[in-house]
Formats: sequence, C-alpha cells, structure tokens
Amino acid sequence: MFGYYLELALRSLKRSKALTALMVLAVAMGIGACMTTLTVLHVVSGDPIPSKSQRLFYPQLEPRDTDNGFYSKGEPPSQVSWQDGMALLKAGRADRQALMTGGTAPVQQDGSQAEPFFARARYTTADFFPMFEVPLRYGHAWSKAEDEARARIVVISSVLNNRLFHGEDSTGRTLRYNGVTLQIVGVMKPWRPHPHFYDLNADSYADTEELFMPLSTSRDLHGPRNGSRDCWGQGGKVQEDVLETANCTWMQLWVEIDDPEKVADYKAFLTHYSEEQRAAGRFKLPVNVRLRNVTQWLDYNQVVPSDVHLQVWLALGFFVVCLVNTVGLMLAKFLRRSGEIGVRRALGASRVAVFAQLLTEAGIIGLSGGLAGLVMAVGGLWLVRQQPDDYASLAHLDLPMLAATFAIAITATLVAGLLPAWRACQVTPALQLKSS
Amino acid sequence: MNLQIKPILSALRRHKAGTILIALQIALTLAIVCNALFIVHQRIERSNRLTGMDESNVIAVQNRYVGKPDSFLPLMQTDVAALRNIPGVESAYVTNAYPLRRGGWSTGMQTDPTKTKDSLPSALYFVDEQALKTLGVKLIAGRNFTPSEIVNLAPQSTPAPAQVIITKAIADKLFPNGDALGKSIYYAKNKPSTVIGIVEKLTVPWIEFEHMDNVTLMPIRFDSGYQHFLVRARPGQQDAVYKAIPNALYKVSRMRVLPEKYGLRTFDVVRANAYEADRGMAILMTVVCAVLLAITAAGIVGLSSFWVGQRRKQIGVRRALGARRSDILSYFMTENFLIALGGVIVGTVLALGLSQWMLKYFEMPRVSVTYVAVGVVLLLVLGQAAVFAPALRASKVSPVEATRSV
Repeated sequence: MFGYYLELALRSLKRSKALTALMVLAVAMGIGACMTTLTVLHVVSGDPIPSKSQRLFYPQLEPRDTDNGFYSKGEPPSQVSWQDGMALLKAGRADRQALMTGGTAPVQQDGSQAEPFFARARYTTADFFPMFEVPLRYGHAWSKAEDEARARIVVISSVLNNRLFHGEDSTGRTLRYNGVTLQIVGVMKPWRPHPHFYDLNADSYADTEELFMPLSTSRDLHGPRNGSRDCWGQGGKVQEDVLETANCTWMQLWVEIDDPEKVADYKAFLTHYSEEQRAAGRFKLPVNVRLRNVTQWLDYNQVVPSDVHLQVWLALGFFVVCLVNTVGLMLAKFLRRSGEIGVRRALGASRVAVFAQLLTEAGIIGLSGGLAGLVMAVGGLWLVRQQPDDYASLAHLDLPMLAATFAIAITATLVAGLLPAWRACQVTPALQLKSS
Repeated sequence: MNLQIKPILSALRRHKAGTILIALQIALTLAIVCNALFIVHQRIERSNRLTGMDESNVIAVQNRYVGKPDSFLPLMQTDVAALRNIPGVESAYVTNAYPLRRGGWSTGMQTDPTKTKDSLPSALYFVDEQALKTLGVKLIAGRNFTPSEIVNLAPQSTPAPAQVIITKAIADKLFPNGDALGKSIYYAKNKPSTVIGIVEKLTVPWIEFEHMDNVTLMPIRFDSGYQHFLVRARPGQQDAVYKAIPNALYKVSRMRVLPEKYGLRTFDVVRANAYEADRGMAILMTVVCAVLLAITAAGIVGLSSFWVGQRRKQIGVRRALGARRSDILSYFMTENFLIALGGVIVGTVLALGLSQWMLKYFEMPRVSVTYVAVGVVLLLVLGQAAVFAPALRASKVSPVEATRSV
C-alpha cells in the first residue's frame, strides 16, 4: 500500500514542479537555519567534561576587607589568593584538588636557532591531569613530590609537539620557556574542553594551553601571568614576585568530590575555614562561600553569548514562517485535487486511505526538505566558521544533530501536512463527482 | 471598490483555513522582520560610533619583545625614534592601549584623596607629547604634555602621574561646575594628578563599557615587554609607511614578535576587527529578512494562483454578466489587501510583544515605531506586488469559461 501512495505522491509532486520546489525550498531553508544555529548553541553550551561536571567544584571565599571599590552584588571574588588556595590544597578535604593559573611566555626549542614564539601555559598542581581526565599520548604527568621539588618539567600539547618535534615521542627532550630549560615528561593527546571551563579569564572558548608545568616551578622561573588579579588593602601596588603573600585573588582552585553526600561537608569546611580566618583577623567581611559545580559555574558566568540565543530564536521564528507557508501551499494543492480525491473515495478508498496518501506526500516534502536543509546547514556552519568569534572554529555538525535534523524536518512537515490532509479527506465524493 | 468588499468577505469565509494561514504568515513575517531590521540598525549604529579620533592615516602596531632585559624602556624609545624617522610619518608614540583595541587598563577615580569606594571608572592610555597629534583628538581646554613631563612607570606599579589630560565626559562628571582645569584627581590614594588639558572626545579601548567616553591620558612610559605603537602617516603616505614599519622595527632589533594577524593594522582594519561580530550579526539578520519576505511573497503567489484556478468558472460568469477586466483585477487585489491588512494588524501586536520579550531576556531597547510602520507598509506593498501576476491572469479569463464545465 505504501508503495502505491509513494507513486501517487511522486506523480502529484511532479505535476506542479514550481509549487513542489517552493515547498521543499521553504522547508529546507527553515531546517538549514535552525540546524545551523542549534548546532552552534549545542557547541557553546555543551558540557566540557560530561563524565565529571557534577563532581568537580569551584570553591569561592570572601577574603577581602571593606576598603575596596569592587565589593558588590554579594558574591565572593571569582578567584582565590595564594594563601587560601594553598591552605585548602594542603587540607586535602576533597578527593582531588588542583590550584592553578595561566600565563604566556616565549618558547624556544632548546639548542635551536629558530625564532622564539609566544605560547600559553598553565601553571598547576599535580591533580590537574587525573582530575580533568587529560589524555596523554607519551610519557606521564607529574606527582605531588615533583610539585614540592619544584621540578623543571613540562607536559606539552599535541599541537606544540607537532610544531617542535614533528609529532615524535619527545619525552626526555628539553625546551626553553621564558628563558629557562624544562624537561618534557609527557605529551598530551588532542584535548580541548569547551568552554575553557577551568579558567574563564581568557576567551571562554579558548584553545587549550600548549604547556603545563608545576605551579611551584612557574613561580621559580617567574612565569609571566595572564588573567585577572584583584587586590585590596594596599592600593594595588603589588609586585608580581610577591603575590604569594599579597592580598590578591589570582588563582583558580578546583576540587573533585566523588560522593554527593560529601559536598555539604566540604561546604561546611569552607565556612569553618572562613570563620577561622575571620577569627585570626585575616578575613574582614562576613563569611560568604560558594561551591559551584562545572555546570553551575558556567551558568553563573553566563558563558554562552547572548547573540547565540538570539540567533536560535530568529531561526526558530523563520522556521515557523516557512512551515506556515508550507501548510498554506499544501492546503491549496490538496484541495485543488478535490475532484481526484472524490473519484478515489467513490471507488471505495476510505478516508483513512486518502489521509495516509496525502500524508505520504507531505512526508516526501519533509524528507527532501530535510536533505536540502542538511546541505544548507553544512553551508551555514561553514559560514559560521569563517566568523571571528572564538567559538566559531568549533561549529561542526555532529551525529546527534544530524539525526535531529531529519527527525525535525519530517515531524514538522507531517504536522504541517495534518491540517491540509484532514481538510482534503473531508471532501464529499458525490458533490465532487456531480460538479465534474 | 467599496461595493466589492462584502462579496470578498463572504468568499473568504469559504476559504477560512487558507485566509488565516496567509494572514498568519504575514503577521509572523512582520513581527520578525521589523524586530530583526531594528537589530540590524542598532548594530550598524554601534559599529559606526565615533572614537573621537581622526582615524584615517593611522596605523596600529602590536609588539612583544623577546628576552628579559632589566628594563624595556630603552628598547621602546629606540623603536619610537625609528618609527618617527620613517619617511612619510607625521608622528608616532608608544602606548598600552587605544580606542577599539579591545583590551586595556581601567581604574577608579576620586576627587577626595582618601576615599576608595564608589569611584568613577576611567580607561588609562599611557602616552607622550605626540599622542594628541597622532590620535587626531581635539584639545578643547588647557595644554598638551611637554617632553619633560613624561615619566617612567615600573611594572606592576600604580600609575598616578603629576599631570593628566582627561576627556570632557570625565570633566563634566567629576567637576559639574566646568572648572576641571587645574583641579586634582586621585587615581591612587593620596596621590593627586593635576588636570592640565581636556579633550573633546576619546573612547575607551573596549566596545562595551559603562562609560564609553571616560578616558585619561597619562604622560607615562610603561616598562613592559608588550607594547603598542600608533603611527600617523602624512596624507597619501599610509601605504608606504605601512610597508616600511616592520623593516624599520626589525632593523632596530629582531628580538621581537609582531603577531601575524594583529601585528600591523591600519585603523580601518582595527575598526573592522572590533566590530566583526556585530557586522556578522547584521548581515545574518538582513539575509534572514530578505529570505523571509521572498518566501512570504512566494506563498502569496502560490495560494492566490490556486484560488484563481479554482474560481475560473465564477470569474467567467462575472465577465459574461458584464464585469470588466479591471473589476476582476481589483477584486483579487482588494482581497489580498484585506487579508494582508488583517495580517499586519495581528503582526503589529506580535512585533510589539516580541520586542517586549527581547527587552526582558536580551536587554534590548524597544523596537521603534518607525520600524513597525515601515514593516507594515513593506508587507502591504509586498502582498499587492505578489498578488498582481495571479490577479492579472484572472482578469484575462474569457467570459466563454462560464459556459465550459471545469
């Protein structure tokens, strides 16, 4: 039966080519626009670390005094100071914890005359790698012992490894960072969590850093620092070398808590720690702590650009107009065939059969629209990738979005076909036959 | 014409679904198009905002020094001297930031030496005596810096020089009586800076900032390995100077990096880079609007053609009974006008609702009435244009059709 409907549908679609083309084109453009914008939204609002986003937390404390112009909105600062970060790190109350910050400095292959270039680095304690499940191609990360020994070691990204060592196993070799020789102990596999959740100071969708070295080492070699620094109490006059003792927040602290029941314990620990510091006179403001997981942290920082939301809504509106347009055209088309439908009904076809036949026709339009829409979405995403936004290079169609495209295209056109098909199968055979 | 409205309405009552669909499509199109075009308007307006500079013939250089000398200051000074010596260069200076750079330094200002709370923010540009000329800003009161006033600033220290030049916007906010010249501003606790000059307008390096015109020019050489040079070429010399800059700098020293994309930019490029995202959004919105209008027009053509085809016999009868071709033409034109009118009325309500919603969720200004009015006219005209071809075909139906069975 379905084969017959299919044949009828194709024949009817061929009869009015312009109208068919218009309907398919309208559906395709609607689908194309929607899929492009939804893919971008999907990319930018994606979970950077799905396996752990509910188990990784970002503790925030209120260490400031009243004498600062930036104290507002009732939120603690978005970073921690060296003293607090180190205290929480050493307390080790979570399953894993890493204290980190970012920087940029010239990099040069050791013993080579090649021109130095600037690369971004992350200065972090050892738990970074197991905590964020960073994949390594060669070698290994480092341990707490090496953190304490201030070892001159570095883990490099696959991009940097390709650039300096043509992708070979470079562990054991050396490079110069900020003029200091570091030994490579590990090479990462390509790894780019997006958003760049663990440090939102740079672009939210920034590439992963190219070098990773122990935080203690970076302090020894005066690794230049990127990112923001918020100081209070001393008029902002703080030398970069004495940040360890300064009243400045400039570091990110992440902790992993595997047991959901222990999250409240950790928060209580943060409160207790703040109270202790207040008693000791270090913290002046009322206790104010936060413990957000990755998802909450990204929401709080409103990482997804509002233009992306706006574009999705625009595309949805556009799609609705395209569908209304298709409904109108299908209605006209189906009703024009009232005579033909009257004959079929008179010859014994049930209403259900006529309805099914017309819906098949709508489904074909949906399928072709979906296919053409897919081409448009691929083109649209290519256009997005030409844009300067930092998330643009991430905009690729993935399998779930591909499947969604077809599901949406066919469902939408079938829904759009419901009204015209229902109206058309209401045709009274006798009346139509008489007037013909 | 008037006589025709009643029969049209009763005819439409027989095509309720089709009529409602066209009207709905027109309504939705209007709502989307006038809001989208309003956004386009805002983005274009934003990306055309003035910086207070004379932007033509200005070239921006981004420079990172490689290596760790005790001080970068001598390097900076040799570089500036080398730039000033390029034939065709009018003036040049080294700085930390400039308008549309999209990165810079801001600090709080006070008129009270001890207060630190509730300060007014200002962007800081570290400049020398050639900056005003290079930027092309207008000094409306006071004087320029003298070479002897330019002081060195160590890394990580607080900038609070003895003299500053401020924008009129700051002068008006801090000293509403108009007597800013000679007064003191505190950029750091207990360290007064005297206002020696006021410039008419100069914008901050960011494209989004609460106080776009709050800029302080400080006579400072900032010791850092990361610097920007602004160069003003003599009229007609920009291309030659642009080409000569890298060689001039590399001749001084190769221990530097001029990044590929942002190393050397004319100010046209600086502006284009700064507003790339806005431009992209404006283009996208315009394309979507154009396609929407095309689809709506095509839909009207399709549905009207169908109605014409369906009513050939009735048209024939009317023609046989003495209706002229123009009567038939105007019948279909009027029919479309009535439907479109219904559509734009609903569409106006939708457009205002949409604008209200965007105001709430995207903090956008409410759509201007002009845009809604333009949208209404646009859609009515579009409807009439779209229906014209099918209506013309209808008017050509011969009276003989009345006698034929369809």
